Amino acid sequence: MQVNNRETSDRIVARKSSFQFKRWFKATGWRHLIGVVMAVFSAFPLVYVLSAALQPGGTLITANGLFSKVSLGSFVTLFNLPQQPYAAWYGNTLIIGVITSIGTVFLGALAAYSFSRMRFFGRRGGLLTLVLLQMFPQLLAVVAIFLLLNGISDIFPAIGLDSQVGLIMVYLGGALGVNTYLMYGFFNTIPASIDEAAKLDGAGHARIFFTIILRLVAPILAVVGLLSFIGTTNEFVIASIVLISPENQTLAVGLYQFVSQKFSTNYSVFAAGAVLAALPVMALFLWLQKYIVGGLTAGSVK
Amino acid sequence: MPTPRTGRDRTARDNSLVTQLRQSKRAGRIAEAASVGIKILLVKILLLGIVDAISVYALFVLFLKQDWVVFGLVLAVTLIVNWIYFSKNALPAKYLTPGLIFLVIFQIFVVGYSGYIAFTNYGTGHNSTREDAVASLIASAQQRVPDSVAYDITVIEQLGAYSLLVTDPDGRISVGSADAPLREVTDAETDADGVATALPGYTSLKFSDIAANQEVIAALSVPLTDDPNEGVLRTPDGSKAYLYLSDLVYDEAARTMTNTTTNVVYAEDRTVGAFAAEDGTELRPGWKVEVGFDNFARAFGTDSIRGPLINVTLWTFAFAFLSVATTFALGLFLALVFNDLRMRGRNVYRVILILPYAFPAFLSALVWAGLLNPQFGFVNQVLFGGAEIPWLTNEWLAKFSIIFVNLWLGFPYMFLVCTGALQSIPGELQEAATVDGARPWQVFRLIKLPLLLVSVAPLLISSFAFNFNNFNLIYMLTNGGPRDVTAGVNVGATDILISMVYKVAFVGANRDYGLASAFSIIIFLLVAVVSIISFRQTKALEELN
Repeated sequence: MQVNNRETSDRIVARKSSFQFKRWFKATGWRHLIGVVMAVFSAFPLVYVLSAALQPGGTLITANGLFSKVSLGSFVTLFNLPQQPYAAWYGNTLIIGVITSIGTVFLGALAAYSFSRMRFFGRRGGLLTLVLLQMFPQLLAVVAIFLLLNGISDIFPAIGLDSQVGLIMVYLGGALGVNTYLMYGFFNTIPASIDEAAKLDGAGHARIFFTIILRLVAPILAVVGLLSFIGTTNEFVIASIVLISPENQTLAVGLYQFVSQKFSTNYSVFAAGAVLAALPVMALFLWLQKYIVGGLTAGSVK
Repeated sequence: MPTPRTGRDRTARDNSLVTQLRQSKRAGRIAEAASVGIKILLVKILLLGIVDAISVYALFVLFLKQDWVVFGLVLAVTLIVNWIYFSKNALPAKYLTPGLIFLVIFQIFVVGYSGYIAFTNYGTGHNSTREDAVASLIASAQQRVPDSVAYDITVIEQLGAYSLLVTDPDGRISVGSADAPLREVTDAETDADGVATALPGYTSLKFSDIAANQEVIAALSVPLTDDPNEGVLRTPDGSKAYLYLSDLVYDEAARTMTNTTTNVVYAEDRTVGAFAAEDGTELRPGWKVEVGFDNFARAFGTDSIRGPLINVTLWTFAFAFLSVATTFALGLFLALVFNDLRMRGRNVYRVILILPYAFPAFLSALVWAGLLNPQFGFVNQVLFGGAEIPWLTNEWLAKFSIIFVNLWLGFPYMFLVCTGALQSIPGELQEAATVDGARPWQVFRLIKLPLLLVSVAPLLISSFAFNFNNFNLIYMLTNGGPRDVTAGVNVGATDILISMVYKVAFVGANRDYGLASAFSIIIFLLVAVVSIISFRQTKALEELN
């Protein structure tokens, strides 16, 4: 026993005096090592894009010399492309994204309110259907959406193919399926006694909804709005078949077509476009990440 | 012990309950009516007014187009919407209708419509109705009649559409456009030679205007009469027009097309939707017809399509599964690594690690396509010292690259989710287990992992469903390639089902909406099966109340 004890204490003493690092490494150091490796893995492609964007007149091959030259030349080129109206793409993306997310939040909130506060025939069935619809994203029916809009353009060109209004309408078709269940869960956490108190004070259903409930559920509205905005910005399939003329397109469609035509030679201009396109989305995301992550998990984890 | 209530008691009590209920309902209605502010009412009327105005306009246009089915639908929807918002009941409907209208049209109807298209030959060469096909065939075979008289014409314009003002050799003046055959007019202005030069309501084009729009004007063909066989007037120079007759003559009664130069008769073939000669040559364009299960028969019966379809389906499942497995494994590992309160700077790492998730996904795929480019990309040039490793062009390396890039894209999400789930596991459990002598690995495997899986399982399923249709990554990184040259459709080694649908329907010269829709239906069925199984497993639906 004694021998054993002494041996142990000896070892501890030895480690303390000469191998501080080893002990630190065993406790948290290796975690830092993994952290650094993963941080490089995560951030490197983004650093690479930034350096490519700052490379004047750069191609794919010159982009490999990270930050060897720095200028804003590519950004100037980007806004002066004759065939590719980058500024218009940017504006379109913002407009379509903002209108779609506002519409999605509004339609979803209306539906979630009725599911959460009212009892009616078909309520459970309706909720079940909406949960199941989440599994079938709209892009599965992309051919039918294209032909439907094609048919609409014969009658009302303003909302058919190559129209942003038409595209927004298609996106709003997905508004209920994805978000209602998420919002429904949040609406249920607002006590119904608040509604009842308001009702006793003489408020009608519309007033309760617009002036009381909507304010109390503002966090989930923000989350759904943001997710919808980010989703719309990233959407390529439907936007690429609906929006035909370059000045109507969104960033996803325009940048893809631009870079796919001459992949390696246009790279620094593309990178400049990518940096500008990513900035608002990333800023929003990092600023509000706590809420977004909460919202992402709230829907299914209880 | 409670005394049993007598029947009379119960009825009296029920009656009073019913009265109470009725009274409270009435009180509710009165409160509701009293509370509707004049502002809300005005907004409601205004919004309904806008909706109704749009529908009336739509109905008017549809009436002119004589599209009665759509007319009926729009009318019915408008009436229902008005009834819902003016009725005193139907409260849930007031809140559900706006979203439902969009949902029904753009999510539910389109699924049914896909089902219909899957049973047609809709696509390049079969785009429209038979009448359109006849008109376009005749137009495409037009040739100038060799001894045609020259008509004096003036090109006139109204609301951006061009018409021809024609003075024929006898001095009669008529006007016509591509959509409207010639009709005689009497109020045209004429010059000294009796040639019409202007028509009230129209603008006559000057020479410079004609020169600027020469292509459009040269393509303008004005039918002489309603009968397409009579021929059309076309103007090569903008001042004289000549009679153009088609080589093809259409016989409405026999439903045949006859080529007047070769005398070949093309008979209508209803099963393929085209005019076909006896030797089997078809005239293009044809028109859209229902073809029954032809598209499915092609998908499963033709070797050059069945093989790729099976490969693509297998890869879709493999890709979706591997995506979830790799991102979850890495995310969970990192969550465990960083879930140690002694470690400093965890928030810094956290922010850097979620950067890939914050970066727009379509851009990430394009950026990685640059990084992995075989000739010029950073990975080959710098990391592998100039080796030309075909990351995106070799079948298996391309598959590996896709999983790898998806790992980069997806691990932050799993990291965040797992961190949250780990932190919600009470610390006492770990302490109790450690006191009982469990080793760290046992604590993880027997306590933390099962608890964690309970809360993240639904997210893993939705992640699987998302990756099953992760079009952006595939299409932007490899474009589905390398292309399978033996396949009968445009499909490559890394294509998943949805990107195959997109390529068959929209990429290349030969668009086949029918076959693409048949593929869509197959995806629907697969997704339905997967959903049923996964919902059974997680019992997520039982939580609904």
